[in-house]
Amino acid sequence: MNEPRLVEVRRNQNDVIARALREQFRSAGIFVVSLVSSPGSGKTTFLEKTLTQLQPRYRVAALVGDLATENDAIRLARSKAPVKQITTGTLCHLEAAMVQNALQDWDLCQLDFLFIENVGNLVCPSSYDLGENLRLVLMSVTEGEDKPLKYPTIFNSADVAVVTKNELATAVEFDWEAARKSIESVRPGMQIFRLSAKTGEGMQDYLDFLAQHLAEQRAPAHK
Amino acid sequence: MHELSIAMGIVDVALDEAKQRGVQVTAVHLRLGPLSGVVKDALLFSYEVACQDTPLQGSRLIVEDVPVVIFCAQCKENRTLESVQCFACPQCGAPSMNILQGKELEVFALEIEEEEVTP
Repeated sequence: MNEPRLVEVRRNQNDVIARALREQFRSAGIFVVSLVSSPGSGKTTFLEKTLTQLQPRYRVAALVGDLATENDAIRLARSKAPVKQITTGTLCHLEAAMVQNALQDWDLCQLDFLFIENVGNLVCPSSYDLGENLRLVLMSVTEGEDKPLKYPTIFNSADVAVVTKNELATAVEFDWEAARKSIESVRPGMQIFRLSAKTGEGMQDYLDFLAQHLAEQRAPAHK
Repeated sequence: MHELSIAMGIVDVALDEAKQRGVQVTAVHLRLGPLSGVVKDALLFSYEVACQDTPLQGSRLIVEDVPVVIFCAQCKENRTLESVQCFACPQCGAPSMNILQGKELEVFALEIEEEEVTP
């Protein structure tokens, strides 16, 4: 019997695919946003409004991860944007390989924005880079101000926070300052948008923010 | 609970390396940071399940815990965080998102045995 010896490898399979995706997105000149949140926080309504409101000016599409049904894809299709469902079966998150497979027959050069709606879950998606340019974490005012402290990893891994269902803030006595503090604690300096996808309040600032990021993403290529 | 997916990914990496090198893997060394979103105990359990009926069955998963370290711009020092609920310097309290380590989820070494040639 030979003595065991140690060989060095450095590998995380998902990261390898995520890097390839990011490069693919960059060369196609598209800006990719992934959405993470708990179930029921309003991701699909928020995304439907985002797609509808960006469409007059931009070419947009969405991938939607869900465990079983295709209900979200059907709802999002009302925006007339191309939408593809990734049904994960029993899996509680999306992985980079699933995104890669789903995009195989899409011509990304025909798009400006691609949105990836992850499975509603604030734990598992934090472990998987999907190659996105921006990870957006969504929380609704009905979930309580301390959500970021309960799920610090996902908030820390995200780039921007959206607090939605603001039309209900008064009814649920949402403490905006406490929410801002808990986000700031787990993710210092994070940009926060407070809005209502339902009434449209606050949506414009967020849409302008996306437009600015798309412009920045494309700027170096035109130098 | 996504640790089984993670464990299966780790087993795939190890099997792939074992095949390429023509060796038997007896242990997999993994670096794991709290920001990876993976629970160590759940991963250790899942690893055993993921190894079943593969050439890795009976191998060990050795996890090296990597703490979260930030750079504090105020103190100009690297600081280890005690909690991922507060990204601020434990000495001076200045917030910092300059994360130097703690996101690791990476197979970094394998313990191997050369496969014995059977006559």
